[in-house]
Amino acid sequence: MHTRIETDGQVMTVYLDGELDHHNAPAAREKIDEFAVGFHPAHTILDFGGVTFMDSSGIGLVMGRYKLLVQFSCTLEIRNLSAHAYKVMRLAGLDRIAALSRADKKEAEKHETHQ
Amino acid sequence: MRPINEMRLQIESRSVNEAYARVAVAAFAAALDPTLEEVNDIKTAVSEAVTNCIVHAYPNEVGKIYIQVRLFERGRMEIRIRDRGCGIADVKKAREPLFTTRGGDRSGLGFSVMESFCDKVRVRSAVGKGTTVTLVKLLHGREASLEP
Ligand SMILES: Nc1ncnc2c1ncn2[C@@H]1O[C@H](COP(=O)(O)OP(=O)(O)OP(=O)(O)O)[C@@H](O)[C@H]1O
Ligand SMILES: [Mg+2]
Repeated sequence: MHTRIETDGQVMTVYLDGELDHHNAPAAREKIDEFAVGFHPAHTILDFGGVTFMDSSGIGLVMGRYKLLVQFSCTLEIRNLSAHAYKVMRLAGLDRIAALSRADKKEAEKHETHQ
Repeated sequence: MRPINEMRLQIESRSVNEAYARVAVAAFAAALDPTLEEVNDIKTAVSEAVTNCIVHAYPNEVGKIYIQVRLFERGRMEIRIRDRGCGIADVKKAREPLFTTRGGDRSGLGFSVMESFCDKVRVRSAVGKGTTVTLVKLLHGREASLEP
């Protein structure tokens, strides 16, 4: 799993790539937290466009980042979710703490054929 | 009912094996021609059960995880994931959404995910002996999804 962070003004965008499970989540978590604590973003976007697998470790990752980010009144947005990741997040009620949006259909199909 | 095919897999409870376990089970199920969504459901449920063995059953040691997959007629799949770890004192409570005995980034939703992505989830456990989770998934397959 690979994690890349970009900033634009007070917005932090995190691009996640690979399989988000219990084995890979800690490295992503550490990278995001370390950066967020130094940067104090006003808004954070987690871009799931490159995530090819996700289980409840993804729920834990989002909930944990939310708990940290609210401490500096940062809002959270999650973008480019696959149909599957969206289903997992809705099941956990993450739509109550973050704005969730799915990958557009063309992108999603492209993604599937690349697997 | 007799299975039409069966496989067994034994892995060590190392987190690096989580990906291998879910991919191996999904690959075995390919014979039933599942849809992409069904493949994701299987991978996710297996990942939850295997992760629980690693995180909860064997918290301070590397133990063995035994996986058995059986395929039956008409797309029925049974996946059994067993450990010889610490066991669960109150299974009913453990299955409740948000219940977790671990802090950090565990959400307590593993069993809820298994239940929503499978048709049936059975849990048998004995403290000090181990836990067996059986996931039943009915695969309707690509053929069914093509029907009008
Ligand atoms: N194989 C197991 N051996 C021992 N205890 C288990 C096992 N599987 C689950 N448990 C117990 O059941 C609880 C609930 O499991 P569940 O998977 O629902 O949540 P979690 O693992 O705590 O969090 P999450 O899966 O969301 O990261 C666990 O916290 C643990 O106490
Ligand atoms: Mg779990």
